[in-house]
Amino acid sequence: MSAVRSSVIRFGAGRSVRFRPRALAVSAGCALLALVLGVFAVGSGEFTIGPADVVRTLLGDGDPAQDFIVNELRLPRVATALLVGAALALAGALFQSLVRNPLGSPDVLGFTQGAAVGALAVVVMGGSSLALAAGAVTGGLVTGVAVYLLAWRHGVHGQRLVLVGIGTAAILTGVNGYLLTRGQLMDAARAVLWLTGSLDGRGWKDVLPLLVAMAVLVPVVLLGCGRALRVVEMGDDVASGLGIRVERLRLVLLAAAVLLASFAAAAAGPVNFVALTAPQLAKRLTKAPGPNLLPSMCVGAAMLVGADLAAQRVFPGHQLPVGVVTGVLGGGYLVWLLAAERRAGRI
Amino acid sequence: MEHGGSRLSGRGLTLSYERRTIAEDLTVAIPGRSFTVVVGPNACGKSTLLRALSRTLKPASGSVLLDGQDIAALPAKQVARTLGLLPQSSIAPDGITVAELVSRGRYPHQKLLRQWSPDDERVVAGSMAATGVADLADRMVDELSGGQRQRVWIAMALAQETPLLLLDEPTTYLDIAHQIEILDLCARLHEEEGRTLVAVLHDLNHAARYATHLIAMRDGRVVAEGAPGDIVTADLVEEVFRLPCRVIDDPETGTPLVVPADRRRASVTAHAGGKA
Repeated sequence: MSAVRSSVIRFGAGRSVRFRPRALAVSAGCALLALVLGVFAVGSGEFTIGPADVVRTLLGDGDPAQDFIVNELRLPRVATALLVGAALALAGALFQSLVRNPLGSPDVLGFTQGAAVGALAVVVMGGSSLALAAGAVTGGLVTGVAVYLLAWRHGVHGQRLVLVGIGTAAILTGVNGYLLTRGQLMDAARAVLWLTGSLDGRGWKDVLPLLVAMAVLVPVVLLGCGRALRVVEMGDDVASGLGIRVERLRLVLLAAAVLLASFAAAAAGPVNFVALTAPQLAKRLTKAPGPNLLPSMCVGAAMLVGADLAAQRVFPGHQLPVGVVTGVLGGGYLVWLLAAERRAGRI
Repeated sequence: MEHGGSRLSGRGLTLSYERRTIAEDLTVAIPGRSFTVVVGPNACGKSTLLRALSRTLKPASGSVLLDGQDIAALPAKQVARTLGLLPQSSIAPDGITVAELVSRGRYPHQKLLRQWSPDDERVVAGSMAATGVADLADRMVDELSGGQRQRVWIAMALAQETPLLLLDEPTTYLDIAHQIEILDLCARLHEEEGRTLVAVLHDLNHAARYATHLIAMRDGRVVAEGAPGDIVTADLVEEVFRLPCRVIDDPETGTPLVVPADRRRASVTAHAGGKA
C-alpha cells in the first residue's frame, strides 16, 4: 500500500547512500525546468534566437554574432538568476530548518536588509561592483552576528531568533531609507533599482563572487551538514543524544546561510520572497520531512529564472525588475502562510 | 572498577542554568545493569542530572565519567553509540513516518558514505518489534495516540543500540494504562536485553515497583539511594516530598506502596469543631 519512500544504493566495502526517489525526481525535474526556462530566457529579447540555436551556441557551435549575444550579453543574466535563486532557496531552507519555523528566511530575519545596508553604503559612496559585493557580504555578516548575539541565550532558539530578526529588519529598513536620502540623485536611482532586486545588465564579474561562494558553501552544507540538520529538527536534546554538537552545527549553518543570502544580494539585490517560498514549495512537492536542501535549490533556481522571464515578457516593451515579480507572488504567498499558520494555531 | 561496576557516574557536579544553580557538588553512580529510577519533588534537579549525565548540559564544575573517561573529552558520536537519551523535548517533524523517525536513531552509526547498512535495517526492524510499533511503520507519527507516539520515541532510542539508556519522564502525559505499558517495556529491555536504564519518574509507586535501584533527590542533593525495598519508608517520603504518608506492601508485587495521609479529613474535623 505504501509508496517506496526511500531507496538504498550499496556499493563495495560496506558503503551505501540512501535517498528518496521522489525528492530526487523533484530535484531533477526542477533543475531541468530551470535549464529549459534558461534557454528560453537566453533566446528572448530584442534579437530573438530559437532554442535550438541557443543550445548550439552554448555548446560553442554558433555563429559569432549569436555567440556574442548569447555568451556575453544574456548568459550572465540567466546564470545570475539560476545561482541567485538556488542560493536564496538554500539559505531559506537552512533558516527555516534551524529556527523550525516557515517564517525563517533571510528577508524576514533582517539579513537581506543588512546586506542592503552594506551595498547601499558602497553605492552612495560610488564604489565598484566588487566593492558592492564586499559591502553586501559585510553588511549581511555583521547583521548575522548581531542577531545571533541578541537572540543567544544559552543556545539560540527559533522563536527568539525570528522576533529579534524581524525587529532588526525593521531598523535596517529605516537605515536604508536614510542612506537613500543621502545619496546623489543618480546614485539614489541606481540604488533604488538595486534594492528592488534586478538582473538587468549583469556581467560575468557579477556572477563570479557568488559562484565562488557557492562552490565552497554548497558542498559544506549539503554533504557535511545535511544529515545532521535533519536530526536537529527533532529537537536539540534528541540531536545531542544522537551525537551531534548542536550549537556548533547551528553556528556553522547560520553563517553559511547568511553568506549565501549576502552573496546573492550582492549579485542581484535583495530579491524578496524566493528564500521564503522555494523551500515550502519544495516540501510540498517532495512530501518529505526534513530540510529538503537540494530540492529547494532546484525549485529556487527555476522560480527565479521563471520570474525573470515573466518580468521581461509580461508587459511588452516595458521590463520589470525581477524583484517586483517575486515580491508580488511571494507577498501573496506570505499572506496565505500567515493565515494558514493562524488557523493551525501556531501564531 | 569503581562503584561496583558502574559505567556512568557524576563526580562533584555543579549544575546550573545561567545564574541559577540547581545542584552543587553532586556525586552519583549508576550501578551497571541496573534499572535506576530518579525521583524527587518538582525542581529538585532530577531532569537536570539526567541532562548532565547524557552530556546535554555541560556541568559548571565536576565531571561525568563514562567507562572511566571524562564524557566531555570523548567524540560526540562515540558517546552516542554507548549512551542513548530520550528527552522530554522531542519534536516529530511534520509528515514523518514511524519507520523514518525510528531509523534516525541510527545516526551515530552512520557516515557520509555509509548511510544505510544491513545492520541499520535489522536494528530498526528489531526496535520497532520490541516496542510493538512494527504495524505502525508506515503511519504518520502525528496521527498516533500519545502512548503509541511515546513507544515510537523509545523505539528510536533503542535503534541507537546503546548499552546505556536514559529516559526523562517517559510516562508523563500518558494515561495509567499507557504508563504501565511503557514501564513494562522498560523492565523487559532491562531484564531481557541486559541494558542499563536510568529513568526520571514522577510516580513514586511506579518507581518503587520497577526500579532495581532508586535515587531520591531533593534540592539538588541525593537524599537516599538503594533498592526500593530498603530505602522507601514513611520518613524518607516525608523528608523528600514533605508528604506525611504510610508505606505498605504492594499487594501485587510486594514492593513499597506509598499511601498519602488524609490531611483533608483532619482539617475538616478541625473546622467543624471550631464552628460548633
